[in-house]
Amino acid sequence: MKCEELLAMLNDYVDGDIDPAICETFEKHLAGCNPCQVVVDNIRKTITLYKDSQPVELPIEFRDRLHGLLRERWKQTHKA
Amino acid sequence: MPGDATDTELVRQAKAGDLAAFEALVGRHEQRVFNLAQRMLRNCHDAEDVTQQAFISAMEHLAGFREEASFSTWLLRIATHAALKILRKRRGLEMVSLEEMTGPAEGYDTVPHPEFIADWRESPERLVHQNETQRLLAEALDQLDEKHRPVFLLRDVEGLSVKETADALGISEANVKVRLLRARLQLRERLTLAFGDETRRLVAKHDH
Repeated sequence: MKCEELLAMLNDYVDGDIDPAICETFEKHLAGCNPCQVVVDNIRKTITLYKDSQPVELPIEFRDRLHGLLRERWKQTHKA
Repeated sequence: MPGDATDTELVRQAKAGDLAAFEALVGRHEQRVFNLAQRMLRNCHDAEDVTQQAFISAMEHLAGFREEASFSTWLLRIATHAALKILRKRRGLEMVSLEEMTGPAEGYDTVPHPEFIADWRESPERLVHQNETQRLLAEALDQLDEKHRPVFLLRDVEGLSVKETADALGISEANVKVRLLRARLQLRERLTLAFGDETRRLVAKHDH
């Protein structure tokens, strides 16, 4: 397996969706290729960082407005 | 009370006309919907618009929600549609079909090779608490174009499956996969330029 082929299968490997037969050749390449190892590690860290990054807090006055509006609409459409 | 109920139970109650159950669902998911919209659109006002539209639309279509997907996936799909509409409007592409925006099937042959390869100086667990990191993450995300950003957000940040992401965006699973690869590689490049240890930079050899 070449670095280039590894690149195309990178996602399947990182996501754990890789075909077990291919996984073996993938890991064999990885064991002998430091740059590819680091790229895989960088990608994992990139995903982790975004997943754990702090969200922008929902503005409280917007939240109140939203709930008010939804309640209003609900009552209009759920008249007995 | 709504606090302990599962989404599925709340959906059933809301379908039966229980406003409190619907409000509990809104309370549970509003932050997540707002986050997705905010990250997709990079603008608070537009993110509020999308959040509002998404919940109004969810309310209006609740009776028709067949519960094949989870409520949160269904809701994120609705929010994604609303966000894409704003993105297209911004680009003055209202008249252009979704096909144009979503593009033809893309191949792996043009996926760019990693250039700056180095171990990071610090762990993501430490980096995530630094203010500077938040700015860098937002900037790197900004530089992804509109074909790639939503795919990355839905798949990697919101944790949707490839199929769910494809359904939400109206593109093929093959396209989701190749776009996700490009998005991840581009973000990796940007972040490694910032967080990588220059003294331990590696050079890729493409000859083996």
